[in-house]
Amino acid sequence: MGLALLAIIWLITFLSTYFFVAKTWWLPVGASAAAPWIDHQFALTYVLMGIVFVAAQGSLGLFVWQYRDRGSASQVHYSHGNTTLEALWTVLTGVLFIGLNLMGSSVWASERFEPAGPGAVPVEASGLQFAWYFRYPGADGKYGRTKPELVDASAGGEAAVGLDTGDAASKDDVVSGTMYLPVNREVDLALRAQDVIHSLFIPAMRFKQDAVPGLIIHMHFKPIQTGDYEIACAELCGLGHYKMHGMLKVVSQEEFDKWLASKEAEKQ
Amino acid sequence: MASTEIVHAHAAPQGFIRKYVFSLDHKVIGLQYYFLALIAVFVGMGLSLLMRIHLIWPTASLPIFGDIKPETYLMFVTMHGTIMVFFVLTTAPQGGFGNYFLPIQIGAPDMAFPTLNMLSFWTTFVAFVVLIAAFFVGAPLHGWTGYAPLSAVPSSGPGEGLGADLWITSIALFCAASLMGALNFITTTLDMRAKGMSMMRMPLTCWAWFITAILGLLAFGVLAAGGILLLMDRNLGTSFFVPGGLNFTGQTSFPPGGFSPSTDLVKHNGGSPLLWQHLFWFFGHPEVYIAIVPGMGVASQLLSTFSRKPIFGYRAMVYAMLAIGILGFVVWGHHMFMSGMSPYSAFAFSIMTMAIGVPSAIKTFNWIGTIYKGRVRFHTPMLFAIGFVSLFVSGGLSGPFLAQPVLDIPLHDTAYVPGHFHLIMGVAAIFGIFAATYYWFPKMFGHMMNETLGRWHFFITLVGTYSIFMPMHYLGMAGQPRRYSQLTEVAYLHPLIPLNRFMTYAAIVTIAGQFIFLFNLFWSMAKGRKAADNPWEATTLEWTTATPPPHDNFGGRTPVVNHGPYEYSVPGAPRDYVMQNDPATAPVH
Repeated sequence: MGLALLAIIWLITFLSTYFFVAKTWWLPVGASAAAPWIDHQFALTYVLMGIVFVAAQGSLGLFVWQYRDRGSASQVHYSHGNTTLEALWTVLTGVLFIGLNLMGSSVWASERFEPAGPGAVPVEASGLQFAWYFRYPGADGKYGRTKPELVDASAGGEAAVGLDTGDAASKDDVVSGTMYLPVNREVDLALRAQDVIHSLFIPAMRFKQDAVPGLIIHMHFKPIQTGDYEIACAELCGLGHYKMHGMLKVVSQEEFDKWLASKEAEKQ
Repeated sequence: MASTEIVHAHAAPQGFIRKYVFSLDHKVIGLQYYFLALIAVFVGMGLSLLMRIHLIWPTASLPIFGDIKPETYLMFVTMHGTIMVFFVLTTAPQGGFGNYFLPIQIGAPDMAFPTLNMLSFWTTFVAFVVLIAAFFVGAPLHGWTGYAPLSAVPSSGPGEGLGADLWITSIALFCAASLMGALNFITTTLDMRAKGMSMMRMPLTCWAWFITAILGLLAFGVLAAGGILLLMDRNLGTSFFVPGGLNFTGQTSFPPGGFSPSTDLVKHNGGSPLLWQHLFWFFGHPEVYIAIVPGMGVASQLLSTFSRKPIFGYRAMVYAMLAIGILGFVVWGHHMFMSGMSPYSAFAFSIMTMAIGVPSAIKTFNWIGTIYKGRVRFHTPMLFAIGFVSLFVSGGLSGPFLAQPVLDIPLHDTAYVPGHFHLIMGVAAIFGIFAATYYWFPKMFGHMMNETLGRWHFFITLVGTYSIFMPMHYLGMAGQPRRYSQLTEVAYLHPLIPLNRFMTYAAIVTIAGQFIFLFNLFWSMAKGRKAADNPWEATTLEWTTATPPPHDNFGGRTPVVNHGPYEYSVPGAPRDYVMQNDPATAPVH
């Protein structure tokens, strides 16, 4: 029985570790400025936790086999513990866990403590059951007024976010179901939700943030690779949660300008 | 301690109703809790099977529920979580085993307040009935965490009408029951210990139940308050959790008559969705320790007993549990890193959360240290205790990922999170319950459970649960969000479907394996080998009394305690264990 336990525990440990090391399933390829930093902290945590994991499971499996009851041949070492050892591993795990945390905190600070820098592209993301809409403020740099009573999701576009066309600032607002961003420029993202909580999740950008009714939450990230990236909803928002997805198209600055201009032209 | 005789004034009842239904006997009440949890766990497990099947065969019709709509799947999600967390993981370890064995292990004739104890069980029972009733009116789709405004506004989706009201009512009742139970456990532990049973001589199981009771006392009151405010938002027009200007036109299939802004625009103003999250998780995080701490106690007790060796670092184990309990109250914000909460407080919550890793690591080291240089006997309860340690390590080590806000950006609300908490507070806690069942079954029912069936059950469950929940971590890293009823709509999820299929197969095998346990449980009650009073050669007080124990636990005797709880292989002792009530002339420690 001891050998069977040893074999099973070690096998589980080996297989679990193998799929992490082989990266059979892994974070998607990162395409934002913060991705390398986040991935580095992830890898560091993973290596340290992996060592503890293998050591703990390995010794558990080994000891249950090694110290199995072999009748009179087994000698129990009568002991109530070892204070020195206990103090040692308390300090070690304390240093390990707190240290790891502090190492990751600078990345967190750069992502969340400071607002977007000057020159960032302003975009507003609105979540509603069950779609994302993205609004660009246009040449005036101001988002027009929205009103909940004007919202008509089935109409899509401007009506879906309840844009008040009577407001002068709304004249040049562009609303799109697809998010367009220029590459290598930071985005100043304003998140809103019109009904329940949603969460804008763009795995390749290493970006996730809840959109909360009643709040406008400003976030920023910087795409560094052109391409199409899927957007999902990560917060349970109702029956259509699983199909509330969208697309982020990261394009060159010229393409972005061209796209925005064509949307403005459509509007006029 | 002095008042035990007065408290236990009630004589053994003779009639069926007073003996088995409205019983005041903590042992009967413990069994009532246990069997309620047993029914609940099979319902909850059945729902998980339906979810796993729907995920990989989305068009298949299922028994009872027919074609599965997205809202039906989310109803399974809500009910599975609620049933498992409240009516299994809180009910069985604490209400079940705690009720049955806390008084016996500390040498008391009953709980401090037997009538309150009975009331606590029957309130829990009513709460369960109310929750199950939600199935018949359409259960809510908002998940066990019930985030507002989804849970606060009936027009947010199917099941958010009467079903959601029943769901909240059930939880509020459960809170009331848990508060009664917690008061009883705390008073009993403090006031009813036998002579010589100092706090530091209590078995670690008693410490675990005591600490769990304190957590329950402080946590359930907050959830009850939150639940009542939510009910008021839903029914009395208050706005605690609902801000103004919400519009639900997005629902194309709901409400049935279509949406009309004039009547359906939500008439609320000034509420905060984040307030619900703070209240919920102020309860919710301690709740995960309510589920796992009793399992820690059981694992400690069993590892020492079956390794024939004193527990490694008894005091450290007690302090570690206390530290986990205290820190457990200041980490709730780690569930909210992506919620819009201040990023500065995320930093503080993160440090506290990482700090919890320290006492958790101490416990793990000490469990392994207990086995080290012991003489391990592989009875089924020990197998589950060893499995508990393995699962606790695996589930625990994914914690430091989620505890770092910056890693929570990719991982929050992905399958990584259910992978983490299922291993540690789901499966590990269930292994604690299984270990306790195999260990105490002889004392409760007078028969031994079958060892061969027990081993099959153990290996199938260990390998099966790892096969289900370890892959969830991989899925989460790859970005599969939680609570998706189908994986077909988002393109990057398509390559993950084969792994999901493997998990569903593993779930089917694991669930089939649980029927071995069910059969063993009931077969052994009737046909199992007769149990001796102390079949495991253990030291704590429940093994000093008859099997099953008499109405007053010790047959008119009052035990006197002379030894610590885990005196195994004491040099110079006549046998390899010294029971807690052995005469003090035996070698003392």
